[in-house]
Amino acid sequence: MLRLLTGRGQQWQLMLPLALAFMAFFAAPLFILFGVSAFDDEQITQPGLQTWAGFLGDPFYWRVTGNTLKLGALTVAATVLIGYPLAVVYMRSSPRVQRILIFLIIMPVLLSVVVRTFAWMVILGREGVLNQALLALGLTAAPLRFLQTELGLIISLTQIELPMMVLPLISVMSRIDDSLHDASSALGASSWRTFFRVTVPLSLPGLIAGCTLVFASSTTAFISQSVIGGNRLVYLPLVVWQQSLVVYNWPLASVAAVMLLVSVTLCIAVFMLLGRRSMRYLNV
Amino acid sequence: MSRRNSVGDISHTVVIGGLAAFALLILVGPVVVVLITSLTDSPTLRFPPTGFSLQWYEKLFDPVASRQIHRAAFNSLEVAMWAAAAAALFGTCAALGLAGTRSRSARTLDAVFMSPLILPGIAFGLAALMYFSFLGLRPSLMLMIAGHAIMIVPFVLRTTGASLMQLDPSLSECAASLGSSRLYTFRRITLPIILPGIAAGTFMAFMASIDNVPVSLFLSGPRSDMLPIRLWGMMESTLDVRVAAVSGVLIVSVLVLMLLMERTVGLTKRLKG
Repeated sequence: MLRLLTGRGQQWQLMLPLALAFMAFFAAPLFILFGVSAFDDEQITQPGLQTWAGFLGDPFYWRVTGNTLKLGALTVAATVLIGYPLAVVYMRSSPRVQRILIFLIIMPVLLSVVVRTFAWMVILGREGVLNQALLALGLTAAPLRFLQTELGLIISLTQIELPMMVLPLISVMSRIDDSLHDASSALGASSWRTFFRVTVPLSLPGLIAGCTLVFASSTTAFISQSVIGGNRLVYLPLVVWQQSLVVYNWPLASVAAVMLLVSVTLCIAVFMLLGRRSMRYLNV
Repeated sequence: MSRRNSVGDISHTVVIGGLAAFALLILVGPVVVVLITSLTDSPTLRFPPTGFSLQWYEKLFDPVASRQIHRAAFNSLEVAMWAAAAAALFGTCAALGLAGTRSRSARTLDAVFMSPLILPGIAFGLAALMYFSFLGLRPSLMLMIAGHAIMIVPFVLRTTGASLMQLDPSLSECAASLGSSRLYTFRRITLPIILPGIAAGTFMAFMASIDNVPVSLFLSGPRSDMLPIRLWGMMESTLDVRVAAVSGVLIVSVLVLMLLMERTVGLTKRLKG
């Protein structure tokens, strides 16, 4: 350790401890995951691709995979819709207000996902805050059902993932030169035009980072999916959990986990590629 | 600028402002609702409560009735402490190594170290469970610590890396030209400058470990019951209002810790990058 810090030009060796830890506790387990998915029986004695064939041949699992990705996409859309304006307002606020806003944005990140999911159970229930408000405002005659619906789940996930969208946006936006906005409006562009032609293109890297984080995190949000979604809405994490810890069918659980991993990674890769293309197109 | 107050400009302000206000409401509202619910005097989760009392907190702090919750909470704290310490040590070393090289392989390695942030945690949790069971290891806090440390190391890497970027290389060159050894330079110059970054990252890592669901879900056993998993069980079976009391305790602890970290290392400044 001492020699590493004092030696010259061999700083890369400082990466070794973490690299070894990742080999032992990250790469090796993932290798096992892929391996177990290539077994036919629950006792893991017969290698084969029967489990994969069964999974891929079953329309139910395709629907579950599609719903999982759709849930991620809808959560991303909702967090962009309200997160982007929040980031813009943050940028235009005075330093004092900014300090309060950033505190309010980061605080929920530190709060357990379980606590935030619990909060939404209280809010979205039949006699919850939301239904009471809707009834009081006369917007609905009878309590609406939010728990165990996709809408309720998306509302909860939007709150849970919102900071993951807003923080990268703020980080990138604070590097945009203010004079660009002034120049745009001085040259006669409306606020909307300045927003879509200056602010959005320049903050694209933050948007891409935010979308990636939100998509990755909402597709694997097991607690929210199982508590708010209930048993009526099935997503891949629930299949992984049920097959591994309830049914003890590890090969099928592994297939579902690999499917989750591969489909989410593919979506993110395609998304990043498109993002980079559009950045090159916009010349930023 | 103020000369033109066209319809477009006004609609821009209203739409952006309205959506931002809605975002803030959705962000903070649930936290307030849980805090108020935890003070209810009724045995249900009705909101707003008909009256206030501390009965659920009393029940939560009862050492006999809530023994399992206490046990899970202490397990979570213990795991988070060790996992965050390991992440801080390994992560800081790796960040120093990564800052020293610009090679392609170093960048690849960096992407691998950051991948637990993106990779589906559920897949990793299952992978860890099967891996340890093939090795013949039974669920224990040690394994839990290893799994958590991998998941939370990106937080340390990111903040430490960011503070290393801001480190002026001429400072250490200056120290070297004045005859100080590399170790002395590291101890007296580099470390003090990057220490707030390490602290902020370690704090985030600690909180992420307390909050971790996927690894805890798969690696928890009779000897390693974790708080989020126990709370989840309480929410799924009977709607126990003690969940609200635990939430209240967690909310207050997060607020206190955040203020503390803000005062000492400027937490929010470091997280917005």
